[in-house]
Amino acid sequence: MAPFDLVALFGTTGSYLVYVAIGFAFGFILESSGFGDSRLLAAQFYFRELRVLKVMFTAITVAMILIFWSIALGWLDYDEIWVKPTYLWPGIAGGLIMGVGFILGGYCPGTSLVSVATLKLDGAFFLLGIIAGVTLFGETAGLISTFWNSGYLGIFTLPELLHLETGVVVLLVVCLALVMFAGFEWIRQKIYGKAQ
Amino acid sequence: MSAPAEKAKYWNPYLGGVLLGLLLFLSFFVTSHGLGASGGVHRIAVAIEDLVIPEHVDKTPYIARMAGGDRDPLAHWLVWEVAGIMLGGFVSGLLRGRVKLQTYRGPQITPRTRWAYAFIGGALMGYGARLARGCTSGQALSGGAVMSVGSWAFMFAVFAGGYGLAWFVRRLWQPES
Repeated sequence: MAPFDLVALFGTTGSYLVYVAIGFAFGFILESSGFGDSRLLAAQFYFRELRVLKVMFTAITVAMILIFWSIALGWLDYDEIWVKPTYLWPGIAGGLIMGVGFILGGYCPGTSLVSVATLKLDGAFFLLGIIAGVTLFGETAGLISTFWNSGYLGIFTLPELLHLETGVVVLLVVCLALVMFAGFEWIRQKIYGKAQ
Repeated sequence: MSAPAEKAKYWNPYLGGVLLGLLLFLSFFVTSHGLGASGGVHRIAVAIEDLVIPEHVDKTPYIARMAGGDRDPLAHWLVWEVAGIMLGGFVSGLLRGRVKLQTYRGPQITPRTRWAYAFIGGALMGYGARLARGCTSGQALSGGAVMSVGSWAFMFAVFAGGYGLAWFVRRLWQPES
């Protein structure tokens, strides 16, 4: 049953090649979707371009359906895939800081890599900023370790939170995505008119 | 200057989203991990630090886990995924004629201003991503798809932060009105 032990199958070097291949596809899709261009990414926050929302939520929905379908069919073991444990407060604080970084800097870490790969100078300064930011965190993590470990809930999932069947939650997420696509598109047209 | 002709060359966002979703599923299915980016960049940053000041790295607990003593911070799947992302982005850009030295910026600011804000934004992004234990890829996309509550809270926080500040910094991105 999936997932597989790549190191046992292909050796360490072979497993790295699998990750290079996955990264390659990831970078290719990001660049092809326009995510190497900070103007298109930032435009999300002015409702001028909705690519970030559309790509992200379509991807999450599609992946979620396939993952939980495979689990239901007994092909994939949920206990063996890597689900990040929830640390609620540092997650929310980090998210807010990243939202601010996103609107000031125009990228997120993954998209800035694609931007640098296509020789965008703003992407290069952003990536240098990331290196400064992660280094600062690494140096000062000890000072905030209480906060960094606060709100710990372990592996805690939406079906557990909502007391609903997994299948129902998948359906709700699909509905949420569709409502957001329609709602954001409606706002965009209110502000900028029909044409795009 | 996003002329319509230039925009048309990008994929339909729903097509990009479906392909990204398939890739995200395949990544979990085959490797047990979702997608990631900031963790790999962090390991590269630590590798550089380890070259310059190895004794200091050994004494700093958070980074000693990655590079203390004989540990190689680059011997990790995320580092190879980052290399793949750059390669894939480069090939995609090359095929579409978008590999070009330039600065993307809003119409009201100079390249220099753009670079300064890009650096500040990147620094916040890097710090925030470590605080949150993942970025848009590792938390929002990957954790979101496997229904982690923390990842969903994180995702809404990112949008809240971005939308909360957008109006105040609109001069950075919006055309003159």
